[in-house]
Amino acid sequence: MRFLSIAEQQMAEVAKALSLNADLIAMDEPTSSLTERETEVLFDLMRSLRDEGVSIIFISHRLSEIFEVCDRITVLRDGKLIGTAPTAELTEDEVVSMMVGREIDEMFPRTATEQGRVVLEVSDLSDGDELQSVSFKLHSGEILGVAGLVGAGRTALAETLFGIRHPVAGEVRIEGERVTINSPQKAIELGMGFVPEDRKQQGLFLNMAVRENIVISDLDEVASWGFLKFREVERLAQDYVNRLDVRTPSLRQRVRNLSGGNQQKVVIARWLTLKPRVLILDEPTRGIDVGTKAEIYHLLNQLARQGVAVLVISSELPEVLGISDRILVMHEGRITATLNRDEATQDAIMRAATGGKINHVVE
Amino acid sequence: MSWSNITRLLRRLSVFLVLIGMALIFALATPRFLRMSNLLNVAVQTSIIAIVAIGQTYVILTGGIDLSVGSLIALTGAIAAGLATSGFGTAGGITAALLLGLLLGAVNGVLVVKGRLPPFVATLAMLAIARGLTLFYTQGRPISGLPESFIFLGSGRLLGVGVPVYVLAVVAIVAYIGLRYTRFGLHVRAVGGDEEITRLAGVPTNRVIFLVYVISGLTAAIGGVLLTGRLWSAQPQAAVGWELDAIAASVLGGTSLAGGVGGIGGTLAGAFIIGILSNGLNLLGISSYTQQVIEGAVFILAVLFDLLTKRGRTTRRRQRTLAQEPT
Repeated sequence: MRFLSIAEQQMAEVAKALSLNADLIAMDEPTSSLTERETEVLFDLMRSLRDEGVSIIFISHRLSEIFEVCDRITVLRDGKLIGTAPTAELTEDEVVSMMVGREIDEMFPRTATEQGRVVLEVSDLSDGDELQSVSFKLHSGEILGVAGLVGAGRTALAETLFGIRHPVAGEVRIEGERVTINSPQKAIELGMGFVPEDRKQQGLFLNMAVRENIVISDLDEVASWGFLKFREVERLAQDYVNRLDVRTPSLRQRVRNLSGGNQQKVVIARWLTLKPRVLILDEPTRGIDVGTKAEIYHLLNQLARQGVAVLVISSELPEVLGISDRILVMHEGRITATLNRDEATQDAIMRAATGGKINHVVE
Repeated sequence: MSWSNITRLLRRLSVFLVLIGMALIFALATPRFLRMSNLLNVAVQTSIIAIVAIGQTYVILTGGIDLSVGSLIALTGAIAAGLATSGFGTAGGITAALLLGLLLGAVNGVLVVKGRLPPFVATLAMLAIARGLTLFYTQGRPISGLPESFIFLGSGRLLGVGVPVYVLAVVAIVAYIGLRYTRFGLHVRAVGGDEEITRLAGVPTNRVIFLVYVISGLTAAIGGVLLTGRLWSAQPQAAVGWELDAIAASVLGGTSLAGGVGGIGGTLAGAFIIGILSNGLNLLGISSYTQQVIEGAVFILAVLFDLLTKRGRTTRRRQRTLAQEPT
């Protein structure tokens, strides 16, 4: 199983559930890493199962999918039942406000910001495997979205930029200066931060406290002569817990016990302590509730306004469209389109993501 | 209180309960156990094991293991004795022994970090090499005729208490502070928690791992010097099998062989369990052959306990991950 991609593993899980001939199937975020086509296949399957009398509990953060496939909707919040109603009687906005507990006036707060100098310039970057001659520029104050299907090389791009993988060709310039990034440590020295796709496998020390998780990358600020200054540790951690509104009973709470959204905020907080020039986020809102998603979008917007160059990889088209100033679309390791905010549509992205031609390619 | 909190508390307290229980049993079984002279003797014997086990704890916390400590004790002890009896004096001998411990620990560290050898392979090779060098250096014969000052370190007393106990106190305090209050200690625990995540967080994981082997080499050398002083001579077959004692002390004390979990306090208690067990069995007249069997069995029980209390956590974690996200 571990040789399969997350999406393929996911399909196998669904197949396993089907093979049991169950009367009731519970699916918890079954589509979180499926492509749209795979999702459609799954939905067709779900509908025919329903027609055969199988009951399905479909748990998802994706409202569009819920409205597409479900007959009734139940909303839970903080472990409490908020309400249940037939899908036909609800609108997406109503469901969102039930989930958040307040009206969301603006999910995507993106406001045009002044774009500054080129902070990161990538030319002809290849890793000899998943990346083929990738070039792009990232400006300070810009949120650059990276769209594409699973396996298009988006994660490979992020990991190569952050020194986890090593390129075989091409160059990377930061503030115009050519750099060789051969380790995460080097990337951090150059002012980069990376919020990985899988926060549990790559991001968090689940058994350590919130406090340690936040400060671990920035111990220079809270240590002198190698000794941790716990008052400073607490201050720094509390500062970011407040700024990101991480909901935790205490700074000493183990990260394992936090919700997915709050865990993700802890990962982001760690990078913010380093005050990065470039922040790379790989699927930053996967498995996170709508309310926290909105907070994260707001935060990214705020960072961009402060001049941080933000690179966001996302498989959710509304998200990419909603938060990005520009969107790179990748397909089979190449960039097949660079779309400006005003010309980016779901159609244009999907065409480029599946290898189709785009008429007006910028840059 | 949740189940995971209970198992965690159990893990932490069990070593102290076992220690007290065992001491009670021996106290009831033989009146000689509680005699002051015996207790002071146990304290000295245990101190040397405990010092070595403290270095071992750092290694195990990163998820590694150091099998070479028994041989390093013998080799550094022999070098210290050899130099002290050939004109370099106690100070010269000890300095050389400590430097040698640092050096051979560094070799272990380089093999693990740069050579990418599994720790047990690298340190198993070092176990053989250091023992061989000891036999070569001593020509298989004890080195005796140590200066008074050298013997004092292992066998002397201050205010009635053996000198090694004071050395242990210093080593334990430094190690405790190092683990809890320094950035290095945080890095050690992080590496043991997950090396990959630690690397992605920008921590120089290779340096951290290298350093824990250097620390283990140093504590083995301190143990080597004290043991030599205690035996009034360097024995070529000194400390054979002590790697088991050191590892068992750490694991009994709650340090998980998987890394990330554990601490110095537990290791001290673990070392005292081993010291008291050995002493009590001696007093009861149980042969040293049988003692080895018992000690091996205790070690297995400790590891099983570690696995069982941890297995509960990991299965639940796996289930939860399955429930939330694709696996």
